[in-house]
Amino acid sequence: MNFTSFQEGDKLTIALTGEIDHHCAKTYIRIIAAKIETYMPETCVLDFRDVTFVDSSGIAVVINALRSMSQIEGKLLLTGLSPQPMRVFRASGLDKLVELREAVS
Amino acid sequence: MKFGNYMILEFPSKSCNESFARSAVACFAAQMDPTLEELGDIRTAVSEAVTNCIVHAYPNKLGTIILRCRILKDNVLDIVIKDKGVGIPDVEKARRPSFTTGGTDRSGMGFTIMESFMTTLEVTSIDGKGTAVHMRRKLQRRT
Ligand SMILES: Nc1ncnc2c1ncn2[C@@H]1O[C@H](COP(=O)(O)OP(=O)(O)OP(=O)(O)O)[C@@H](O)[C@H]1O
Ligand SMILES: [Mg+2]
Repeated sequence: MNFTSFQEGDKLTIALTGEIDHHCAKTYIRIIAAKIETYMPETCVLDFRDVTFVDSSGIAVVINALRSMSQIEGKLLLTGLSPQPMRVFRASGLDKLVELREAVS
Repeated sequence: MKFGNYMILEFPSKSCNESFARSAVACFAAQMDPTLEELGDIRTAVSEAVTNCIVHAYPNKLGTIILRCRILKDNVLDIVIKDKGVGIPDVEKARRPSFTTGGTDRSGMGFTIMESFMTTLEVTSIDGKGTAVHMRRKLQRRT
């Protein structure tokens, strides 16, 4: 697993890929936490454009990122969400905690 | 006739089988001509149930998971996922949103997702003996 990330001013964007399930969630949690700790951004964007599947393990990935960002008083934003991840995040009420943006088709 | 068709899978509780299980069910369901949304919902619900067997039913050891799919009349997909693991002492409590016995890498939303994505969800469990998750999804007929 290899995530690309880039920094633009105070904004860090991390591009996630593939299917986020329990099998790989721990790696995602660890990598995102390490990147936030390194860059200390004001805003962290998790780009879901290339994520094809998410289950409840993906919710934990987002909650952990949210926790890292609130520790440094920053903001988290999810972009590029396709319908399946969007349905999972909405069903779990994650849309009340984080701003979710759909993929533009 | 699609009606009456079924499949049964048995596999060990290795996490690499999570994607295998949901893909296998999606391939089986393809003959029912599901929409993309229906297929996504089914894949997600199967992933939740199978992950629960791997994470909770057999903590720190490998066990067997049995998955059965059947096509019932009126385009209903019937799925049972069974383990012979630790069981759930209080099913009603376990099904509540945010209830988890896991750590920070679990959100306690698995049953809530299965419930909202499937038409029906039944969970039966015997403490110390195992758990069966029985769910059905009625697929819209497309004309
Ligand atoms: N097959 C099972 N065997 C034993 N216990 C289970 C099983 N499935 C669920 N449980 C229990 O029910 C609880 C709730 O399950 P649920 O899937 O809703 O949440 P979770 O697995 O804890 O978190 P998430 O699914 O969001 O990652 C679990 O924490 C566990 O205690
Ligand atoms: Mg679960």
